[in-house]
Amino acid sequence: MLEFFPFKKTISFMSWGKLTTTISLVTFLFSVWALWDRGLNLGVDFTGGTLIEVRTDQAADLNRIRSTLEKTGLPEISVQNFGSSRDVLIRLPAQAGATAAQTSNQIMAALQADDPKITLQKVDFVGPAVGKELYDSGALALLVVAFGIMAYLAIRFEWRFAVAGMIANLHDIVIILGLFAFFQWEFTLTVLAGVLAILGYSVNESVVVFDRIRENIRKMRGATIPQIIDDAITRTMSRTIITHGSTQIMVLSMLFFGGEALHNFALALTIGILFGIYSSVLVASPLLLMLGVKREHFIKPVEKKEEAVV
Amino acid sequence: MNRYPLWKYLLIGFTLVVAFLYTLPNFFGELPAVQVSPARATEQADTALLGRAEAALKAAGLGYSGLELAGNSIKVRLASTDAQIQAKDVLQAALGDAYTVALNLVPASPKWLESINALPMYLGLDLRGGVHFLLEVDMKAALEKAAIRYQGDFRSELRSEKIRYGRIAREGETVVIHFATRDQRDAAAEKLANTFPDLGYTPADLADGFTLTARLKPEAVKQVETFALQQNLTTLRNRVNELGVAEPVIQQQGANRIVVQLPGVQDTAKAKDILGRTATLEIRMVDEQADPTLVGQGQAPFGGEIVPSREGFPIAVKKDVMLTGDSITDASPGFDNTSGQAAVHINLDGKGARIFKEVTRENVGKRMAILLIEKGRAEAITAPTIREEIGGGRVQITGMANAQEAADVALLLRAGALAAPMTIIEERTVGPSMGAENIEKGFHSNLWGFFAVVAFMVIYYRIFGLFSSAALAINGFFLIALLSMIQATLTLPGMAAIALTLGMAIDANVLINERIREELRNGATPQAAIHAGYDRAWGTILDSNLTTLIAGVALFWLGSGPVRGFAVVLCLGILTSMFSAVTVSRAMVNLTYGRQARLSKVSI
Repeated sequence: MLEFFPFKKTISFMSWGKLTTTISLVTFLFSVWALWDRGLNLGVDFTGGTLIEVRTDQAADLNRIRSTLEKTGLPEISVQNFGSSRDVLIRLPAQAGATAAQTSNQIMAALQADDPKITLQKVDFVGPAVGKELYDSGALALLVVAFGIMAYLAIRFEWRFAVAGMIANLHDIVIILGLFAFFQWEFTLTVLAGVLAILGYSVNESVVVFDRIRENIRKMRGATIPQIIDDAITRTMSRTIITHGSTQIMVLSMLFFGGEALHNFALALTIGILFGIYSSVLVASPLLLMLGVKREHFIKPVEKKEEAVV
Repeated sequence: MNRYPLWKYLLIGFTLVVAFLYTLPNFFGELPAVQVSPARATEQADTALLGRAEAALKAAGLGYSGLELAGNSIKVRLASTDAQIQAKDVLQAALGDAYTVALNLVPASPKWLESINALPMYLGLDLRGGVHFLLEVDMKAALEKAAIRYQGDFRSELRSEKIRYGRIAREGETVVIHFATRDQRDAAAEKLANTFPDLGYTPADLADGFTLTARLKPEAVKQVETFALQQNLTTLRNRVNELGVAEPVIQQQGANRIVVQLPGVQDTAKAKDILGRTATLEIRMVDEQADPTLVGQGQAPFGGEIVPSREGFPIAVKKDVMLTGDSITDASPGFDNTSGQAAVHINLDGKGARIFKEVTRENVGKRMAILLIEKGRAEAITAPTIREEIGGGRVQITGMANAQEAADVALLLRAGALAAPMTIIEERTVGPSMGAENIEKGFHSNLWGFFAVVAFMVIYYRIFGLFSSAALAINGFFLIALLSMIQATLTLPGMAAIALTLGMAIDANVLINERIREELRNGATPQAAIHAGYDRAWGTILDSNLTTLIAGVALFWLGSGPVRGFAVVLCLGILTSMFSAVTVSRAMVNLTYGRQARLSKVSI
């Protein structure tokens, strides 16, 4: 039998409480700082604006494209390569007015006049109002998912589990967002979908550990709560690594083969999966301890039948 | 203990067969085809049209592999893209402008698959290339136009009722009427409330006089808005027909938005031009002196020009414009009071009414033409004969073949004169080569990821890893079959979601396998370990999948476009994975090990 984690003894995760809390706190604060100081590099989905991808038949001359586009008189055009030397990304900020939708036509006309072999690959034009709506509904989705999962955990387990699980997972989300802010990776609608999927997925991990804790509370009479939690984590460790590993394999496959369109999405998932392992084991469980889980929360006291007085 | 009853195996076998059948069409690819549909929504594609198309193709000596009536269109399957382009030209020439002839792709799957409704998944614009537009109708402008209309109506109503008034002003969406005395105002308020019940009236006493402020009631506002939206939807449908797109989507979204999706459109600049163009109306006199044979040959008389009617006959009209669409305040289909014939009623504003009265008085017995001009191309919507002098700005046009035609004419008139302005607020264009690239990338992500996971599972769990991998592959089939059955739209994020759910689906099997190992470690017999492993893991699998499902549902609810595609696949993938990972893999385990009463060792 091939085993990566032949743990015979229970590992005392809970005794590392101080260390893991410090690590979490530091990364969390770092992320908050990055979000505060740099902010997310929001894509056109959220800010509004125009994004055009074109392909040239030979390595693109960005300076020539820039000077061609400057002649159109459109403000703040950014031109850069992405993916390969033949793929060019052109970005324009949101503009007011009904003509905004015509911007891409104007740009393509100018580019093709200069080099007829340039082909249009993709245009994303988002009006400012639509961008704001997508932003709002994205934020709302985040809240709905967070509260939905919390409510589920509260019903299925107990409120302490719900709170611990949620804090652990929001901690992951903040770290994903923080890293996106720090490296100024573009945050698009697809990345948001990835982040929300991670929120649901990462809770799995906590659920599996919590399930074990609940089971252990019933089985391991006489053990203390930290012992019970340690045992639950140790027993699920192997499964944790393997499932996250297999999900990560798929995500890596997306990162390598999925091209530009899925790159940042896969990146968000990668960060989410890595921190998900850490947080659901080493953040959620200590939190549970801090919140004061007791055996009685799970084992209903046996009601004494009143005996009839004769 | 690890045995399923026969019916369970049969049921699983049945689902597998169904899943396989419905996955199948996705592997056949697509054939080039030409789609012919009537340009006007009121007409039907029928067997007569089928015959005409067949004859035209035969005459041109073009071979085709299939010709069929599908919904309100005809689809001709062709062997190559060259034949496709030829066939398009042949059919367009043979059938004329009354039909839209578009290039399309049809599934190449065999007939018997289609007969059980097994169709390939519908590919989103990011995978097949095309344009997506979100347009917003300017409702404020629509309401202001309504107010302008009432401004004129009030004036003529008060005048005909001989109630004296000072000034009628429009302030945004309200109309304010000024009076010298309170009695005049109260009399006006009563009259107007009777004649125009769609508005609410608020009196006010000012230092320098008395006013009455009229404002549309909320129900009426809603009606104006629905109307404006319907109007724009119809206009867009007509314009999209002109583009010759095979499967356009034109849908209302929310209260004031319209989604237009044009798959496969390559010339997006043209598409945007056509969608965004504004139409104008002109009323001109028909040139009665023009020689009909010359007109028939398309030769314009002096001082006039030739415009086609809606039926395609040439009409000679004079160049002088009597009235423009600005003067038309309303156009609606109805019936003639005396004859009961279908008719169109047109209302003109005060200035328009005066000009119209003058023109009709001088031209009784002659014909006038109402022209819709779009992009410099004029078309005569209708060319009625003037029977008598028409005053008061209320015009009735009869001579429509039926109520449908009257409705069409009214719509066209409104399209030219009344449509609330629309702006494109979102555009997503994907070039055709990019679409093909995206499919390839999405496919490779799935394929390589899947092989890597399978390799790992088989090495780590051996025979049980094989079961898990088979269950994972079956999950893939289930998911694709389900997506094909409900004809969900597959997008690139959707393909990412397939990869993600495959990665997550293996979680259930890992949970089960780890549990079985643990039971074995604790000294359980293999049979008992398998049983306990599946049993105990189920609760955890359910819990962990439900949380992801919550995220998926919220994404579907609040997401838009590509995110929705992602959410649909995520949710379905979770559901299918619960079945395949637990029930199907258990069936395989049971079949292999369940019958061995004295099982001493399992390969896990």
